[in-house]
Amino acid sequence: MKKKRFSNLKERAIKVFFFTNSVFATLALVGIFFLLLFTAIPAFKEINMGEFFTSTRWNPTSPVKEGYGILSMVVSTFMVTIGALVIAIPIGIGVAAYLSDVAHWRVREIVKPIVEILAGIPSVVIGFLGIVLFGPIIAKIFGTSNGLNAVNGSLLLAIMALPTIISISEDSLNAVPKTYSEASLGLGANRWQTLIRVKLPASLSGIIAAVMLGMGRAIGETMTVMMVTGNAPAFPKGFLSSIRTMTATIAIELGEVPYYTTHYYALFAVGFVLFIITFFVNMISDVILHKYQEREQ
Amino acid sequence: MKKKIIETLGFFGLRVCLYIVFAFLLIFLYDIGSKGAGTLSWEFLSQAPRRGMTEGGIFPAIVGTFFVTIVTAILAVPMGMFAAIYLNEYAKQTKITRIIRLSIRNLSGVPSIVYGLFGVIVFVNILKFGTSILSAGLTLGLLTLPWTITSSEEALKTIPNSYREGALALGATKWQSIRTNVLPYAMPGMLTGTVLGLARAAGETAPIMFTGAAFFLPILPNSLDDQFMALPYHLYVMATQHHAISQVRPIAYGTALVLLLLVLGMNFSVALLRYKLRKIRKE
Amino acid sequence: MVTKAKIETKNVNFYYGNKQALKNINVICAEHKVTALIGPSGCGKSTFIRTLNRMNDVIPSARVTGEILLDNENINQPRIDVVELRKKIGMVFQKPNPFPKSIFNNIAYGLRINGIKNKRNLEEIVENSLSEAALWNEVKDRLDDNAFSLSGGQQQRLCIARSLAIEPEVILFDEPCSAIDPVATAKIEDLIHKLKENYTVVIVTHNMQQAARISDYTAFMMLGELIEFDNTDKIFTNPSNKLTEDYITGRFG
Repeated sequence: MKKKRFSNLKERAIKVFFFTNSVFATLALVGIFFLLLFTAIPAFKEINMGEFFTSTRWNPTSPVKEGYGILSMVVSTFMVTIGALVIAIPIGIGVAAYLSDVAHWRVREIVKPIVEILAGIPSVVIGFLGIVLFGPIIAKIFGTSNGLNAVNGSLLLAIMALPTIISISEDSLNAVPKTYSEASLGLGANRWQTLIRVKLPASLSGIIAAVMLGMGRAIGETMTVMMVTGNAPAFPKGFLSSIRTMTATIAIELGEVPYYTTHYYALFAVGFVLFIITFFVNMISDVILHKYQEREQ
Repeated sequence: MKKKIIETLGFFGLRVCLYIVFAFLLIFLYDIGSKGAGTLSWEFLSQAPRRGMTEGGIFPAIVGTFFVTIVTAILAVPMGMFAAIYLNEYAKQTKITRIIRLSIRNLSGVPSIVYGLFGVIVFVNILKFGTSILSAGLTLGLLTLPWTITSSEEALKTIPNSYREGALALGATKWQSIRTNVLPYAMPGMLTGTVLGLARAAGETAPIMFTGAAFFLPILPNSLDDQFMALPYHLYVMATQHHAISQVRPIAYGTALVLLLLVLGMNFSVALLRYKLRKIRKE
Repeated sequence: MVTKAKIETKNVNFYYGNKQALKNINVICAEHKVTALIGPSGCGKSTFIRTLNRMNDVIPSARVTGEILLDNENINQPRIDVVELRKKIGMVFQKPNPFPKSIFNNIAYGLRINGIKNKRNLEEIVENSLSEAALWNEVKDRLDDNAFSLSGGQQQRLCIARSLAIEPEVILFDEPCSAIDPVATAKIEDLIHKLKENYTVVIVTHNMQQAARISDYTAFMMLGELIEFDNTDKIFTNPSNKLTEDYITGRFG
């Protein structure tokens, strides 16, 4: 009897141990949220919150008047992200559809790991390629002095978002019940019509989730955009102008800023805004993915 | 007839999408491979940078990346495995479990620069580890954690329930059944998944920029409290921050190649291992 | 029923979440006899047999009410150690589930987790268990081979031997022959027949002939309810319930 009590205690201790480890993930997320928040709050002792969100002037080191408006960098971030999605969505869905509906399964087995290689390339390497490879080409095509602009950033972000979009879209295309396409084919539609009119609409929610995930990644990506978009902290005039995203601003300035100054706190405020944006984008994709997974079961 | 043509064209279009992706990949690999290979030499790998980083090698950066990845692994690998064991073997469908799972999925979407900010506050300032291998490694460990949890859980899911039930029916306790009849078979899968996560961490730049990576440091770190050079950060420096960028381009290419070989090498060996394991299991 | 009751269930109800899977089951499993549970699929017979060694504990939303008595002691009391219980009540599953270990280590598994480490001891028990499961002669020269190299029927006998090794008092069989061929099935039926000399056997089967051949008592279940429980001879020759008669004469199920 005594032995039993001891072994039960041990079993329970082991369970609690594993549980503690998994709770750490929640603590980390909550911790990130609150630490960013609390480090950001002191910034608003000196910065007007309205100015912070609506001003386009970000110039924390100005000797005349410091500017702490994040609108330019928020717009820049969304600009490169949208540019990236415009490129990545058609190609990504195209590849996903090719893999799920056209390619032989053997081809698929080979292609999928190759696409994965793309996901494995470190972002700093992609950024480097943006400088040495795409920069000169973009400069030549658009006749600009250099190729370090929003177009370059969008292109690289698109390439980085592709593996995510491809793999999740393909999963959701494959999850469409066989009976749907069989019914469509049985009515005399060919495979292309079946793909466009039946399978794509049926897997739309999964594809949207994939796009949202890719979008979250693009918004949060730092190194590539910082290396190839020129980093002019002004309001973007167009896709050929040099821009500076939220991530790039943090990365460029945090290294030089003295700790515990308004500028330092302001950078954490930018980080907090970034965290909230990506959090919501990811949440939306999560909710969509979950709904359709539940429907599958 | 028209239908047929549209179908053919449509499928062709899809195929073109795939070729575009392949083209990007091939151009990337070719450019770095062909231009980086010229720089690659034993000296490049084994020497410190010299003359304002216009000559010499990248040895300190290789060593730095190696050490920081070890710290990352010490945090993320065991904790990821333990959390996965809880989620897959013990957790019931309760509210707490759902919150934990949601947190993990959200953590994996947090931008890497935000992890960097978190590392600056917590590890560098609050815990007073300073800018060091320890701070950078722990920051990367946190970033890798959701990945190691997810991939370890995937590996545990592949173990048939009959192994667990069979052991329980023989009077094994829950932990005995997990320890003797689940983990031994899930371990290879768990390890390969976590190595992939580490490969990703080794290539990250943003989280280590402010938590410990040094612009230039010709001496090797000799404790966890030291700053360090890291391959990805070194590439960033050589590509954008150096005073003579065109002069050091070959070094940048060489660094990019080494980093790529390291990361893809880890990926590739894991894929190979997985393939072999699957074959063995089938037999 | 003259012999001693080894297991007795009193008004056992079982729920998966809100869904009731068993309704008021009262069954007596007599010592050193074979009790068979038959019924159409989904009738709750597998659920019922898994309540007897509390295998359903594994299912998160499961809930059981009523009394399940092993030697007149309720196994659902808090002070009962489920691990000890499962050592007393062995179980053989529907699909043979050998562990991916050698034949020897499959049998030794249960012994090792119970603290038997002595090699001589292990060898002896492994041989005895395999002999008792009528498998020894087929595998004695290849004890180090992986258990998956055995045929399906051999694997199932290995699983039986594995349960026998820890010397249970009761053995539960959950459709043990549903995944193996007729010849192997016959061997296992012979084996079950012999096992009842030393053990109390409860078996779930979808095969009525099998129940008629090997069991002493038969319980017929439908939709979570116990329709009829009696001597096997009585059930198959002169059932008192119309539903039972319809089922055994093949009118449904």
